[in-house]
Amino acid sequence: MSELLIKGGRVIDPSNGINGIFDLLLIDGLVVQVAEDMKSETATVIDATGKWVTPGLIDIHTHLREPGYEYKETIATGSMAAVAGGFTSIACMANTNPVNDNAEVTRLIIETAKREAVANIYVIGAVTKGLNGKQLADIGDMKEAGIVALSDDGKCVGALSVMRSAMEYAGMFGLPIIEHAEDPGLSLGTVMNEGFTSLKLGLPGNPTASEEVIVSRDAVLAGYLDVHIHIAHVSSKGAVRAIREAKERGVRITAEAAPHHFSITDETCDNFNTMAKVAPPLRTDEDVAAIREGLADGTIDCIATDHAPHAVNEKELEFELAAFGISGLETAVPLSLALAREGVMSEEKLIETMTCAPAGIIGIDRGTLSEGAVADVTIIDPNSEWTVDPENFASKGRNTPFAGWRVKGRAVMTIVKGKIVYEC
Amino acid sequence: MDLSGHNLSAKRIVSMSELSVADIDLILDTAKAMKGISEREVKKAPTLRGRTVINCFMEPSTRTRTSFEISGKRLSADVINISGSGSSLTKGESIKDMMENLEAMKPDLLVIRSAHSGVPLQVAGWIDCPIVSAGDGRNEHPTQSLLDLMTIKETKGKLSGLNISIIGDILNSRVARSNLTAMKTVGCNVTVCGPATLLPRKIEKFADQVTTCRETAVKDADVIMTLRIQRERIGQAKFPSLREYSKHFGLNLKVMEKARKDVLLLHPGPINRGVEISPEVADGPWSSILEQVTNGVAVRMAILYLMTGGVRQN
Ligand SMILES: [Zn+2]
Repeated sequence: MSELLIKGGRVIDPSNGINGIFDLLLIDGLVVQVAEDMKSETATVIDATGKWVTPGLIDIHTHLREPGYEYKETIATGSMAAVAGGFTSIACMANTNPVNDNAEVTRLIIETAKREAVANIYVIGAVTKGLNGKQLADIGDMKEAGIVALSDDGKCVGALSVMRSAMEYAGMFGLPIIEHAEDPGLSLGTVMNEGFTSLKLGLPGNPTASEEVIVSRDAVLAGYLDVHIHIAHVSSKGAVRAIREAKERGVRITAEAAPHHFSITDETCDNFNTMAKVAPPLRTDEDVAAIREGLADGTIDCIATDHAPHAVNEKELEFELAAFGISGLETAVPLSLALAREGVMSEEKLIETMTCAPAGIIGIDRGTLSEGAVADVTIIDPNSEWTVDPENFASKGRNTPFAGWRVKGRAVMTIVKGKIVYEC
Repeated sequence: MDLSGHNLSAKRIVSMSELSVADIDLILDTAKAMKGISEREVKKAPTLRGRTVINCFMEPSTRTRTSFEISGKRLSADVINISGSGSSLTKGESIKDMMENLEAMKPDLLVIRSAHSGVPLQVAGWIDCPIVSAGDGRNEHPTQSLLDLMTIKETKGKLSGLNISIIGDILNSRVARSNLTAMKTVGCNVTVCGPATLLPRKIEKFADQVTTCRETAVKDADVIMTLRIQRERIGQAKFPSLREYSKHFGLNLKVMEKARKDVLLLHPGPINRGVEISPEVADGPWSSILEQVTNGVAVRMAILYLMTGGVRQN
């Protein structure tokens, strides 16, 4: 018997419309009750006064790099970064080496995770073999092995005919396709947003149209076939608009935004700062505002980090040669909390975008404190101020443009299946 | 020469945006004095004896590399040339490791050329040795800009208030970028011109006028600068053919009829005769293309002198 009684915190559970001071009792890895003034003789009591108690946060977009790129991150270190950042469940992308395009790799990831991960790991399979954009991956086999979604993330499924087949085939298995929306032609060779800063730096610029055309195209196809398409890391105003319009006409489209895309702009690339190199690229103030608006009005359903760890030497390179990506798991909470603090959205809505909303997109039974649910819980101190120091990251990836930022809010305790896996 | 009391405010020359009007004046004045050395029978001054300059060219270049090498040798510096393409040069070593190794050999100045934008600036952040950019990607080519300014000032007697038109592949040109910045600093009025596919977005924030009509660009210009057009842009669908480019954007005698009689014509070289410029125009009375090359050596001598402690108390 393991019992945890979390007392006096502000429980925010959007899946049940709960937002108030309550106690939360967890027994044997399950949620027992959310109620006022609970007492227990046997439970370990945790004082959460002044803190938020939320369903364990969920990140449906991470790169755990294993198998193949263990020098960047492993399932173990990625999961430690997750819980340090307040995430109890993460989904990992398929662009490993070998690519997760068959059941054998899927099973390897799931087995490794069972053995070594401190967080719940959900697995995303590739849409196409070797991410080649041509032949379908072993989608049915991977579904049997346990994947929750499909994505060629890192690459866009370029050919419309292939995307159509993928959508129809994946639809049979109830798997959403997660699209990395960048037109391969328009974004070819580009390394940052196309605009004033790219002009100033003489770097090849990626037009926002590159994202908007793919989102529009996918929305048309998903509507035509009546399947679920999910747009990863929305970066541009045009993409937000295209998603909003598609939702209005009833297309089954969902979307996510990454904290870097609603926190900073392409000016961060100034002085050839490779830490700000990411795909899709950081855009402009106008785009940041549109993404915030999209999150607030529900056009964008959830927050996802696109955690993309890299080794130091992959960033200390010529800007054009440096790796794309930001190590995002351990800065997501403060950057997201800023949205609530700045009045973009309510605290409850914000927690929704990090719990039940992402759970719904990949169809997992997490992100809730309903009675009988798995006891994944995050305790957040919304007022804790701290300075981002990548040297203290649990992730192997220290690649962040937020180093040195003074931020507010962090997970102070992370509980996975009733077990305290992180505490600070 | 006596330049004591004068000093560059910049510790590196990687971007024209880091040079003040006073810096530019100092470099051009020094270059004027240096030009005299190149005209002597014995083209050598002992000024930089004992100083070591490493020319690190990670992108193939003949004229800029030669120009830097001659500049160093005319001032008696020990000049070491390292060249090759990025990967063959670093042999799997990162650019940062390579630069730290070069610095450990204690050069007084590192001249860096790279096919990638930003490298000289990045290197300046990694090591303490003074850095001079010899061109990086599409970003900047400061010494080219300075030799252009020198040539313009020699011919026109001033820089401020001049109308300058830059015609060609603005998108891919580091020469255009450095000149746009520098010419703004010294008070020129700059027009850029080229096919819409080769005019970068937001260029209107850099240039005073933007046009796709070469006649408009040529009309009131005191200085016209044409840029080299590369055949590979056809493969990138930027324009249909060199013939069509030449027909609509090239400088020929007919277009030059619209220009002022005293217009100065510049080209950073190497020239594609018959593409961006017709042979008659390249060899015409406007052209200062060879003078630019001569001034390139003078400007680079001035920079080596100013950067390696030529004005240091000894
Ligand atoms: Zn992606």
